[in-house]
Amino acid sequence: MSNGNTALAEKYRNNFLQEVIANVEEGEWVRMCMQCGVCAGSCPLGNAWAHTPQEIFMMIRAGKREEVLTSDSMWMCTSCYNCIVRCPRKLPITHIMHGLAHYAERMGLAPKNQPTRKFALEFWKNLTKTGRVNETSLGVKLYFIDGFVSGIKKGLAALPLGLRMFKTKRLDPMAMISSSGCKGKGDIHKILAKAKAIEDAKFQSKNA
Amino acid sequence: MGDVIATNQTILVVGGGISGISAAIEAAECGKQVILLEKSPSLGGRVSQLHKYFPKLCFPSCGIEINLRRIKANKNLRVITMAEVAKVTGDAGNYSVEVKIAPRFVNEKCTACGDCSNAVESEFDDEFNYGLKQRKGAYLVSNMAYPQRYVIDPRMIGSEDANKAKDACKVGAIDLQMQEESLTINVGAIIWATGWKPYDAKKIQPYGYDRFANVVTNVEFERMADAFGPTGGKILRPSDGKEAKNIAFIQCAGSRDENHLKHCSRICCMASLKQTTYVSEREGKSTVYYIDIRAIDRIDDFYQKVQADENVSFIKSKVANIIEDKDGNPILKGVDTEGYNRYENQHDLVVLATGMEPSIPADAFPMDIKINEEGFIEADESNGAIFAAGCSSDALDVNRAVQQATGAALRAIQVVNKVAGMEG
Repeated sequence: MSNGNTALAEKYRNNFLQEVIANVEEGEWVRMCMQCGVCAGSCPLGNAWAHTPQEIFMMIRAGKREEVLTSDSMWMCTSCYNCIVRCPRKLPITHIMHGLAHYAERMGLAPKNQPTRKFALEFWKNLTKTGRVNETSLGVKLYFIDGFVSGIKKGLAALPLGLRMFKTKRLDPMAMISSSGCKGKGDIHKILAKAKAIEDAKFQSKNA
Repeated sequence: MGDVIATNQTILVVGGGISGISAAIEAAECGKQVILLEKSPSLGGRVSQLHKYFPKLCFPSCGIEINLRRIKANKNLRVITMAEVAKVTGDAGNYSVEVKIAPRFVNEKCTACGDCSNAVESEFDDEFNYGLKQRKGAYLVSNMAYPQRYVIDPRMIGSEDANKAKDACKVGAIDLQMQEESLTINVGAIIWATGWKPYDAKKIQPYGYDRFANVVTNVEFERMADAFGPTGGKILRPSDGKEAKNIAFIQCAGSRDENHLKHCSRICCMASLKQTTYVSEREGKSTVYYIDIRAIDRIDDFYQKVQADENVSFIKSKVANIIEDKDGNPILKGVDTEGYNRYENQHDLVVLATGMEPSIPADAFPMDIKINEEGFIEADESNGAIFAAGCSSDALDVNRAVQQATGAALRAIQVVNKVAGMEG
């Protein structure tokens, strides 16, 4: 993807806004932002991000491609929709943030160790494998997301809770291996492959 | 009432605010027969509720007095208060207008002595002061009320108090049997000047106008600054009556917002800048939270003067929400656009610069008329000889409203002149 990244950066040189409008889901809304700042002030996680949505939109207009696509901000969105509800121009801010995260991932610029990104990838992998999320294996993956040692530590700390869940049949360690999956697993894989092919083709033709 | 003489050469003006008054006087002074209808018991409208005008900072009572003198001096102009238009039928040059006149319970013998008011005990929210204080059930709308005649609140009718008022009147001006009257008048042209109302601040949920006592609107603040207002001209916190010294103004409260009013209300920037001068006069500090300040032409000078005032500061940010601390101080939260700094600022009092919406909801007009997306009347040939004046046509300041009303008067005069030409 990094080759694609270079090509696109070249194509839209000095006009990152046009690149966002063309390629990012709901990206055309970015130009409607009037920089009032209500989204930034309304975000419950606002102080935990590098850039507020309002700032991201201004950075897009200012052509700060690298800074925007490597930012952790869009990965921090919890989809609470507070910004969408309050935006005086009705920008679908939550969707734009997710669109930007997706685009950053496609360009290979998303911050590698950003925890929500890592979890999102694990979730997608887990879901698409059998067509159904295996909560046990996803849970275990989440425990070990920061490495083996920290995973064991976290596991031990949660051991009493795990045992109680086991006793009340809320936790089945066997489910990790003998996951049932859904019936038409093969079909789901085909559907997803087709969807990806369509999306890629659309992207290619737009940026040919 | 009974003897209202109107013909197809008469111009009807609906609404007795500054626009309606201006249009009516202009047309009457051109020699046309004019009937001016006002829904409330007194002329003057929202302008009479203002403390000062911008940018000259003179008092509206002065301008109203001049206009009232012109009204009194003009034999062509007939004013009917407490009157509402129920239905309009007909075409340009020949309209039939059904008018409902609510009972005032006080006839023209009233000398405005005030004995009835002193005699009664019942009190109601004072509309003139946006409910910030109470008024008696027998009352004069304001000191500048025209006609200078008392009104009996219909909610008092049938009570002991109503009889007390009647007994107190030495000139026999109170008639408790008065009923609603209907009137049908023929006119050639109609000037529609029903004006605006402040946007309902309760609907802007994050600002908590309905939850926090110390969040008020700009129109309420205007009354607070007035010497005849609810606080005698002092700026006091509604929660504890303490003098407010650190005041925040929030611009675009409801305006320029797809969730509320889509349009820019035009007056609120200047209204807030004007109100900062009230605060500075009382040795307080103002902070204006804004998206951008829209002061154009000669009023930009005023903006520059306010900017030079060290007691006024500006923060470029639309406030995200307001919370209240345990002492009832509003705390404003948001992020500014010049540096993206997160703030949590405590103030004594918050003034919401609420915008203008048309008085009459789009579906409540008593006639066919072209309305735009924002609910204002659109100039259109299909409107015939019904012309919008002032804020029923757009969000306007007083200056523009008067200019616009004068234009509407000219349109109406053209129509009745044509009628006169045909009737010979």
